[in-house]
Order: sequence, then structure tokens, then C-alpha cells
Amino acid sequence: MAIGGTPSGAVEGGEQRALPNLLDKNKALSILSYLSVFPDLGLQIITLSDLECDYINARSCCSKLNKWVVPEVIGHAVVTVLMLISLHWFIFLLNLPVATWNIYRYIMVPSGNMGVFDPTEIHNRGQLKSHMKEAMIKLGFHLLCFFMYLYSMILALIND
Amino acid sequence: MHPSDGQGYSPSVPGSYSHQTPAKVPPHQSSGQYNYSGSQNVSQLNNYQGPGQTLNRPPVTPFSGSPVQQTGPVPQVLLPALQNSAAVSSAGSFPPGASPPVLSNWQYSQTPGSQPVGSQTSHLAHVTGTGSAQPPSSLSGNTNPPGSYQYAASPGGPPLQNSYMKPGSAPPPVTQPLTPLHPPARPPLGPPPVGGPPLIRPSTLVAGPPNTQSLLNSAANREGDAPSTASDGSVVQNSYDAIEGGGLMATPHPSPAPPNLKMNRSVGYSYPTLPPGYQNTSPPGAPGMQASALQYPDGSKHFHQPALGTNHLTASMGGLSLQQEGLRPVNLLQERNILPTTLLKAPVPNLHEDIQKLNCNPELFRCTLTNIPQTQALLNKAKLPLGLLLHPFKDLSQLPVVTSSTIVRCRSCRTYINPFVSFLDQRRWKCNLCYRVNDVPEEFMYNPVTRVYGEPHKRPEVQNATIEFMAPSEYMLRPPQPPVYLFVFDVSHNAIETGYLNTVCQTLLDNLDLLPGNTRTKIGFITFDSTIHFYSLQEGLSQPQMLIVSDIEDVFIPMPENLLVNLNENKELIQDLLRTLPQMFTKSLETQSALGPALQAAFKLMSPTGGRISVFQTQLPSVGMGALKSREEPNQRATAKDIHLTPSTDFYKKLALDCSGQQVAVDLFLLSGQYSDLASLGCISRYSAGSVYYYQSYHHKHNPVQVEKLQKELKRYLTRKIGFEAVMRIRCTKGLSIHTFHGNFFVRSTDLLSLPNVNPDAGYAVQMSVEESLTDMQVVSFQSALLYTSSKGERRIRVHTMCLPVVTTLSDVYLGADVQAITGLLANMAVDRSVSATLSDARDALVNAVIDSLSAYRSSVLSIQQPGLMAPNSLRLFPLYVLALLKQKAFQTGTNARLDERIFTMCQVKNQPLVYLMLMTHPSLYRVDNLTDEGALNINDRTIPQPPILQLSVEKLSRDGAYLMDAGSVMFLWIGKNCGQSFISQVLGVPNYGSVPQNMTHLPELETAESIRTIAFISWLREQRPFFPILYIVKDDSPLKSSFLQNMIEDRTESALSYYEFLLHIQQQVNK
Repeated sequence: MAIGGTPSGAVEGGEQRALPNLLDKNKALSILSYLSVFPDLGLQIITLSDLECDYINARSCCSKLNKWVVPEVIGHAVVTVLMLISLHWFIFLLNLPVATWNIYRYIMVPSGNMGVFDPTEIHNRGQLKSHMKEAMIKLGFHLLCFFMYLYSMILALIND
Repeated sequence: MHPSDGQGYSPSVPGSYSHQTPAKVPPHQSSGQYNYSGSQNVSQLNNYQGPGQTLNRPPVTPFSGSPVQQTGPVPQVLLPALQNSAAVSSAGSFPPGASPPVLSNWQYSQTPGSQPVGSQTSHLAHVTGTGSAQPPSSLSGNTNPPGSYQYAASPGGPPLQNSYMKPGSAPPPVTQPLTPLHPPARPPLGPPPVGGPPLIRPSTLVAGPPNTQSLLNSAANREGDAPSTASDGSVVQNSYDAIEGGGLMATPHPSPAPPNLKMNRSVGYSYPTLPPGYQNTSPPGAPGMQASALQYPDGSKHFHQPALGTNHLTASMGGLSLQQEGLRPVNLLQERNILPTTLLKAPVPNLHEDIQKLNCNPELFRCTLTNIPQTQALLNKAKLPLGLLLHPFKDLSQLPVVTSSTIVRCRSCRTYINPFVSFLDQRRWKCNLCYRVNDVPEEFMYNPVTRVYGEPHKRPEVQNATIEFMAPSEYMLRPPQPPVYLFVFDVSHNAIETGYLNTVCQTLLDNLDLLPGNTRTKIGFITFDSTIHFYSLQEGLSQPQMLIVSDIEDVFIPMPENLLVNLNENKELIQDLLRTLPQMFTKSLETQSALGPALQAAFKLMSPTGGRISVFQTQLPSVGMGALKSREEPNQRATAKDIHLTPSTDFYKKLALDCSGQQVAVDLFLLSGQYSDLASLGCISRYSAGSVYYYQSYHHKHNPVQVEKLQKELKRYLTRKIGFEAVMRIRCTKGLSIHTFHGNFFVRSTDLLSLPNVNPDAGYAVQMSVEESLTDMQVVSFQSALLYTSSKGERRIRVHTMCLPVVTTLSDVYLGADVQAITGLLANMAVDRSVSATLSDARDALVNAVIDSLSAYRSSVLSIQQPGLMAPNSLRLFPLYVLALLKQKAFQTGTNARLDERIFTMCQVKNQPLVYLMLMTHPSLYRVDNLTDEGALNINDRTIPQPPILQLSVEKLSRDGAYLMDAGSVMFLWIGKNCGQSFISQVLGVPNYGSVPQNMTHLPELETAESIRTIAFISWLREQRPFFPILYIVKDDSPLKSSFLQNMIEDRTESALSYYEFLLHIQQQVNK
């Protein structure tokens, strides 16, 4: 996973040195939690496009994706809460809508559905496309955030 | 024959050719290769060779000897004899002299609408049409639509025949032979534009068609019912995407159109492009039509498939009448009697007559817009839904079946070869869906019907829009499965109380021999209350052995075999079980129901083979997995808010998907007095491609009508055709894409529907969008392919192809709108909406659909703003039908419709074919106390009166009449209080009104003329559908009166508007 690879290297290096500082630690943690979000989004996009091209069937696609919905929700919620604790208001506000949307999406699944991704619905009403779009937007958002965190972490280190 | 090379989709294997060619040539060999099974054989001949065609064949003869083919003399020698036989056989079935009595019936009403009635009927048309060169030319004239009457009668026959021959006989210079054809063809074409306008016949256009359709249908159905089980027991299907799909919907590689496209469309209908001069002259003949008429010539300039395109003739002349008729705005507020007096027919696509003749029967394949808008923007502007309604597995009386080792398909998109492909030359054909140029396999060059070599374009595959292939072994992932039927009965106390087990076991006993299948048929039984009972039917046992599994948390199968046994070998034991079963549980006090575990057990039992599970359930499942809680709150029935239309658990859905994966379908019979949460239970059938039957308040003593209904429906259910391990794929021309599917199935991958079972009573719908604009295309095609295993263990593929013109203006889009199909699709969409959002949202969406389309029409098409509510003629019934939908059980508010009943109606909306859905939504009302023979149909010496259809308004009812309301699955016969004494005594067989019994459901067969007429009419209506509608006789004081009056759609009810009020509401919104 190309996307997952880069951050992990960056993080390991950053984490050790960042330990003394509480705020930096938070950032490091958030980068860590990104480790769960990135592969998840990558997996989502790859699996969805597999489904689009007929490489897998809807059933296995959805069960694969549904497994990752909860980790994503938790991961992102943790990041958001950490930002709040460390009083990074801007980043917190940036993350809040996305985290809210994630939780909302998870809660609003109808009782008869098999999760956020439902194999019987995914081919209807362009759901596949909208899932794809959503995953792409989130990926862009997280990439942006990742570099912002990296930047502010390095800034914090230099200021030390 | 050539199992190895025959299958090659790559026909270019050079080695195989040399082997194949000699083998193909001898006619006897090839006749073995292409079997037209049984009786179909004869009719098939008719289809391909009408008397006219056969006798005109001589020009063909040199063709087969032409140097291009190495056929040699054999076919030539055989030809005369063949011609004779063909001529005789076809003449036998349509003797010129004898035909008038038969033909006259349908000729009389053969108007534009009647052409596509069906493969069978269009064959008929074909025969007489091509026969126009022969003596009965007058016949052909009559059979043609009035719009194109002149064209068909005069130039139609001969020039066409010529054009057939010429392109074939001299392939290389095709373009040249074609051009000389124009002069002869054109003069006759000239006059029509002038004569166009007078051809408009408003009244016949509306009134004529329906009769024809119904007549033809009935004829077709009657023939169809019997042979459907016998001759084509072709119901079985396979469900492997890899197979049917032939792999991925590979991205189509549009090959650049070869430059010499003029010679396209081998069949060479000889009007490739109209000379410019002609184009210019035609519009003037058509006052008011210039805008649209000009469009067609425009498109044809850069178009590759001239012959396939919109009929220039129709566009300019015949079409004019149609167009004007269709576009004439109707002021709905002024037209009081808008409902036609006969059944409404599907509009005919504005295609070249010869193409239209080949087009798919609208009963099988129907599009909401018969003129496809060129761009998504245009579609959005029209505010009408674009979609297809399919009834792919309908019982057909005349289905060409092809047994050939090579099934010719496009190499990139896997489309089956069909009548709308174009032959570039003898050896190449261009796919009409992805435009790839493919080679014609050597084997395909030989035509088994005419026994002529070198006529690929006359093969049955290219002459029939509906065809069935016998699939070779590449279309199987495993050997075709045997038919396996498992019955699961609820035997809790509640179930025994209703007494359903007697009826079901008795019906099953009676129909045991009629179950579709062969010597491999297997059958099994499970019963359950709070435990699960299996029945071992081992050979040698003196009586069936019951095995009880009480561990419902972890269900297991008590013994590996003998639970599903061969029906023929163990018939006595099975009959024994069915006889004793109803008595076995009479003393049961167990009230719990473990449906979930029972279904799991059934699934485990069936999963090695696949097959059909029929579940009979009478209450809410209460223990084990899948237990449900009652969610219905009676006080809230009236409001549209907060009703539970969504399933409460995903257990049934998951199980259904597991079943679907193992080729098991579950059919649910719910016979319940109280709420049973059909919304959750229904999922088990919905996603495993089963069907749902619901008998509200079933009781063997208190509700005898439901008992009869169950008997009739169960009989049909047990004996109808069935296809196993099926998959269906719907393909459409590049640029269009399907985005939503409606019906009972699981969409396994983007366009592949997985159907563990397919039955002839199921309909499907899909919604489409225009992804890329269809510039440069004059027509688009849709193809549905259903691969299944028949109950006889044959793998078969049933293919339907439909071709529709593309238009660029909004007025043309409205012109081609098919109001019934639109209503059907909207109903499906509304069901989805009420499940995903709320019922009131769905109702609003339905009303908005009318408002949006009519205001779009008003603002974009109508040049002069007139007062009133204007609608295009094609959509004049749209508000009425939408109002009918709003008052239908599925969507109505403010009544005491039970939740289960509402959900059952929603299931029906999703699963019924369009014809029955429309009847259910907007029933037909006839006055039957004064039936006469005037305008009656004659079928097989029976006279069937044809009373006009009345509007659904109490205003139309008179106290001294008797009225029949045909609502699809039920019929009501309402007797007025002062109904004529003669009707009561001579039809009902009772002395006076007061003595008409309360629960009468049968008409006595009396020897009076009135009785014979009434019974003939009712049984004719019944024969047209596969199920048996029950007839309720309704008096003023009967409890059923309310259900009868509820169907009076145009009237006002407590909570719903009357038709006129609804129109006013729409007008208000439209004029805003």
C-alpha cells in the first residue's frame, strides 16, 4: 500500500523524539491513529473499484469493507478528541465535521441492513459511486491533515 | 458435433475452418445440428419463410452458388424440394383462402400499436406481410398500420425482396446494387408525404389496438400454456457469472467505423439514406411537424446504420400521423372521457417497419421512453424516468430454440448476435451494443432454416428478437442440477388451527406428478414448531420416519441422506407422508415458532444441490435465530408516519444471500391472522429470487374464499415452469448505463442478477441513465440474457433484444413516452423511496413526477400557452395512473390497511410483470348485464363479447346494471339493486336479488345466451393470465363492497382527492 508506507516511516522517526513534549506526543499519536485510517481508506478504494470491475462479488466486498467501518470511526474520533485535549482548535474544527459524518453514517444504518455497505443495495441508485467519491474525498482530507500534522510537529521540534 | 472447435469464440482459428467446412455443407448433417424442437419446428419455418419469401427465393439460388462460398452444388440441388416443403407447410398454416376468417380478427384492429405484440404475433405479421407479393396482397395491406398503410401495400413487398437478394448475391459491390434500388423504391415513396396528413385517424389509433393485443394474447396464451410444460420445459437456469457473462463486461473497444458503412446491415433494407431532395420535400407535407421531421434527415447524414435508423418514411409520412396524434396536447381538465374503452397498448417505436417487425414483444421487454433522449440533459429536461420493464421468463407459445455448438457473441461485450446487428459483408458483423466488428464463424454461414449457405443474416438468431439457445458445456460451472423441492411447514398450534395443512398437502398430492422435473427430481419435507422435524423417506421403510431436532441454537442435519429423496422412486412413501401429515399434529399445544432455525436447517439440507424451498408460515417467528417482535401499532395505521417498512433484523437477508450463493430460492407463503412482520420475513424471498404469497386471515372454515385462492395459486405455483441456477444480464448500447434494479434477486456484480430460481410470473425493472451522449446514433439496443437450467436438466439461454430510436428534441421524447411503463417504474421507485425514506416522501415524489413532467412539457414544448392543464397525448393518462397508485394499498393513507398487507402489495409491485401491475393499480370495469355479440371476438368457435372499459367512478355504475371489475388477481362482479331480472335469473341462476348468496364466488353454467356470454368473457379474461383470479360477487350489503368501491379511483374518498381535484391540484402547481 503506497500510501500507508510513507507515513509509517515518517512516524517512527518522529515519535521517539517527540516523546518529551505532551503536545507533540498527541500529534504523534494522531499520526499513529492515521496508520489505521490510511490503509482503511486505501482498502476501501481498492475494494470498491474491484467491485466496479467485477473482480469480486458484492457480498465479499461488503463484508470486507464493513469490518473496517468501526476502526475508522474510532480512529478518527480519537484523533479529534486528542486535538481537543491538546487545544489545537483549528485542527479540531477541521476534523470535527468528518468525524461527525462518520459517526452519523454508522448510526443511521437501517436495522435491516448488513452494515454501512450493504451488498443488496450497493449496486442500486449509484451507491457504489457515492461510496467511491466519499472514500476519495476522505483520502484527500486525511492526506492534507497528515502533512499539516507533520509540519506542525517538525515546527514544534525546531522550536524546542 | 464439433465440441472442440465449435465453441471457439475466436472464429479465426484457421485450422478449424478447413475441418469444419466440409462437415457443415451436407445438409443432413447440419439439420442435425440445428434442432427446432418439436412443434416449434413447423412454426419456425413459417416465421422465416412466409409464402411470399419462399416463392420469391429463385434469386437466391444463384447466390448460394456464388464463388464466395465453397458450398458446392448440394444445397442447390436440394433447394427446390425444400422450397416446396416450406411453401406447403407455411401455406398449410396460412392458406390464402382460409386465412381471412382467422386473420380478419386481428387485421381489423392491426394498427401501429399492434406490431410488436409478440414474437409469435409478429411472425404472423411477417408471414402475411411478406406475402404481399402473392395473391393475398390485400391481406398484407390490411395488416399494416394505417400510418404506413400506403407504403406497405404498394412498394413494401417487392422492393424489399429485391433488396434482400442483391446485397447478398454480389457482396463486393454492394453499394452499387443498392443505389439502383432507390429509383424503384422512391416513386412510391414520393406520394405519401402528401397523403400523410389524411392518414391521421385519431379514433382508430386509440381504440383499435387494444383489442388486437388482447386477442392475440389470448391466442398466444392458450397455445402457450399447454406446451410450456411439455415442449419447452426450458425453465432452468444457471447462475454463474463467469459463464453467462463470459467474463467481465470487458470495456468495449469501439472499433472505428469502417468507411464503407453504407453497405451495412446486410439485410440491406434498401433505404440507407434518403436523397436530400426527398428530405426537403417531406416536411412540407406535414404541417406543424417540421421541427421533428427535420431531425431525422439530419441525423442520418453521419449515421452508419441507415436501415436500422428511424424510419424516414414513418418520420415523414406514416410517422406524421402518429406524431401529430401523439403530440397533440390534451387539455386534461376538459377531456372528461379520457380513458380508452379498450385496454391500452404499448406505443410502437418509431422505427423502420422492417426493424420494428423484428423488435421484441413489448410484453417481454418494454422501455418507459420509446424514443431515447440523446443526452442526459435532454432526459433531465423531460423529467420522465428512463428504464426498462422486463418479463423475461414469460410462458411463450412460439419460442425459437436453437441448438448449435457455436453461439455467436460479440467478442468484447459478449452480446448475443441479434436482429439489430449490422453485417458489414458476408464475413463480418458489427455489434450493435459496443460497435466492435466481429467475424462471422464459418458455421454461422449456413442457414439451417432455408438450408442455404452464405446467408448469415437470415439465420434464426438474426431474425428473432426473442430466441433460446441450448447452451453447451462452457456455460456450466457444474453439471446441471436436478430439480429439488423442499417443503417447510409450520405445525405450531396456531398453524393447525388455520387448517392450512390439509389444503396444502391435498393440493400437493394432486399435483405430485405435475411438478416440473425429470427422473432426477428430488423432494423433501421439514416441519417445525419450537423444534424442527425431519422426515426420513428411506427406501424400504414401511412408513416415513420422523426425526426431531430440538437444539435450535445450533441446527444440524440428523442424517446425511434420505431426507431429500428421489420423487419417482419413493412416490408411495411420499404420498403416505402427505396423507398423514395433517393429522400428525392435531393435538399439538406448542405455540412457539422457530422459523429461523428451520430455514437454516432447510438451507443446510439444500446447499449441496440448490433448488427451491417453499415455506409455509402462519405467525411471527418467536424463538431461535430470527425471532421477531411485533412492531405494528394499530393506532398508527392511518398515518403515513412511523410505520415499519424496513426489516427489523438482517438475519433473513443474510440467510437469503447465503441461499442465493448456493442456488437455493425460498418462496414464502404467509397465512396469518395477526401481524407477522412481512417486512423482515419477506427478505428471505426477495434476495433469493423467490416469491411471496400472503393470505390474510386464512382459516379453513371461516374464510373459504382464501382457501380456494390458496388452492388455485398453489396449483399454479407447483406446476409452472421453473428455471434453476439462473443468472440474468441486461446489456445496453454503450453510452447508456443501468444504475438501479427492481425485483426479487441479488445483484451480484454491476450488471449480473443472480436468480437461484426463475419463474414465469416474475417481472423485473431497471432504471437507466445516459452516461455519454448518444451522438451519431440513430438507434440503441437493449439485450437481456437469461441463462438457466431447465427442469429437464438442460442448460438454456433465453435472449431478448429490443431496439429503440434516439431522438434529439424534447417533443420527440414526449411523443414516445409509454405511460404504463412509466407508471410501473415509478411505482417501483416509490416502493424503494418509502422503504429508504418515508411513505409520505414516496407519495410526494409520485405527485411531483406528474407535476414536473407536465410543467416541463408546458414550458419547453408548448409554444402557445393555453389555459388549462395540457399534457401530451402520450401522457394523457399519467395523472390518472399516478392517482391510482396513490390510492393503491401500497401507498394509500388514511385507511385501515394492515402493515403486512401494505408490504405484501409493495412486494407485488416489485415482482409483478407490468401487465398485472397495471391491472392491480387501475382495474378495468365492464358492464356485463347487457353483453352483446357486437364487436365480439371469435376464438376457436367461441364468441367472446367485448364490452367497453368504463371509467372507475361510481357515476358510471347504475343500479339496474351488473358490472365486472377486473383487478388482475381478483375480480368483482357488482350487482346493482335494481339489476334486470333476466340477468339475475339467467346468469346468476337465482330467482331474485335478495337470494343472491353472500359469499358467492362462482357463476353457474346455465344454458342461456346471457350466461354463456358472461362466462365466456370471464374465462377469456382468466385465460390471459397464468394465475386464477377469484371472482367475488358483490351485492350492496356485502362486506366486500368496500374493496370494490376502493378501486373507484376517480372518486373522492375521505383521505384522497378525486381525479378532478387531483388535476386541479396539479394544474395549480404546474402553472406556478
